[in-house]
Amino acid sequence: MTQEQLKKTPLFSEHQKLHAKMVGFGGWHMPIQYVGIIEEHHHVRNQVGIFDVSHMGEFFVSGPDALGFLNGMTTNDLNKLQDGQCQYNILCQENGGVVDDIIVCRLAPDNFLVVVNAGNIQKDFSWLMQHKPDTVDLIDASDDWAMLALQGPQSDALMQAFFNEDFSAVPYFGIIRHSFKNAPLFISRTGYTGERGFEIFVPSEYARDFWNKIFEVGSIFNLQPIGLGARDTLRLEACYSLYGHELLPTISPLEADLSWVVKLQKNTPFVGKDFLLEQKRQGVPRQLIAFEMMEAGIARQDCRVFASNVDVGYVTSGTYSPTLQKSIGLALIDAETLRQNKELFVEVRQQMKQIKKVAKPFYKRPT
Amino acid sequence: MSNYPEELKYSKEHEWVRINGKEVTIGITDYAAEQLGDVVFVEIPKVGTEYKQDAAFGVVESVKSVSDIYVPVAGKVIEVNQNLIDQPALINEDPYQKGWIARFEIQDPSQLNHLLSAKQYDQFLSEEA
Repeated sequence: MTQEQLKKTPLFSEHQKLHAKMVGFGGWHMPIQYVGIIEEHHHVRNQVGIFDVSHMGEFFVSGPDALGFLNGMTTNDLNKLQDGQCQYNILCQENGGVVDDIIVCRLAPDNFLVVVNAGNIQKDFSWLMQHKPDTVDLIDASDDWAMLALQGPQSDALMQAFFNEDFSAVPYFGIIRHSFKNAPLFISRTGYTGERGFEIFVPSEYARDFWNKIFEVGSIFNLQPIGLGARDTLRLEACYSLYGHELLPTISPLEADLSWVVKLQKNTPFVGKDFLLEQKRQGVPRQLIAFEMMEAGIARQDCRVFASNVDVGYVTSGTYSPTLQKSIGLALIDAETLRQNKELFVEVRQQMKQIKKVAKPFYKRPT
Repeated sequence: MSNYPEELKYSKEHEWVRINGKEVTIGITDYAAEQLGDVVFVEIPKVGTEYKQDAAFGVVESVKSVSDIYVPVAGKVIEVNQNLIDQPALINEDPYQKGWIARFEIQDPSQLNHLLSAKQYDQFLSEEA
């Protein structure tokens, strides 16, 4: 994709003013960093940062059959969801492969906001369209909404200062309606960093006003803009999956260690259920593990993993953890090899380097 | 913003070279460090290793990417910057002084003739961009 074909978020010019380093991601011009990935990473862990995640897609699904339809398309159980609640969820193919990981928010019993990955907007939309009955309305509103993620220990205080209101009543994975000037907002207590935080859906035409206003209010909290580079290191420390890495049509959610999102006992049959039931009965052939490098260097996506000189899997994501100051990663490994507890090596630039399986997540915020 | 000291020579692969007779010190330029972002690992060569002209002698790795470092002239490693093992960020903070990577003893200084001056390197960068 050439630079010209990349889409711009409503905040593109603000990122330029901040001298962000821009890259192509999921078809969009996105800021990868403003001052440096490591500094931005620590800023979110210790203070508060804001991410432009307007590239993410927003669908509205409504109608009396919306709940039944969505529940038949996803692996988690949407019957458990109340108004004002969000749920992490997976769209699967019949063969168990992942179409996308999504967040479903119940706005009303017959009205849902579905947040999807930027690079999958068109694919998810056609996938849902193909399966949807006429009694369900599905709208791709991705271009109408900007999305900002405010993350870090100071995010509650900043939200309170900005809206002059206490948000402590909004639970984890709760969503409320709010407003900014004349614009409606959705605010959810969600995020992709492992810190406390909020995600704020702002109508695109108000995005710049909102962005500038929150920096005005945020200056006493030392609010800083954070790029996609730190978003990746933060999510990897928290062991959150990323579509295109841990999740793909060739990987089942059970292999990706997302069995907590796969509710095989739910009342509604769903796409992929038969395959996943069978895979659970037989045991997964591969398992996603967290690892640390025992030697210098980073094992990046697609590096092969070996045990006793046999290829037993590959790295799905690898990076440097600014919090642990170690090289870390996730890898999809043959389950039998893991049961035998064999020593694992990763091939990095023609060199074999030992890795060590560790408990997930790498980082859990102090409570 | 970027700075390219006049007394150094530069390669198109973004190494800088400080020439002192038959001894040369090599590092990566401010531009290269900036492009890489936060450097988190540096693989430095062993003292005594001999390299051919334009051979890769080390690796600089940042959070986002990894890049070989080349020696623009045949030579033998006589000293390496051990500080980079524990403080790889020296490459970002001070690429021309504390961020030097290795010192080589060379045989044929004429191999250095193709290197760029600070001014030529700056021009090369603006043409690349």
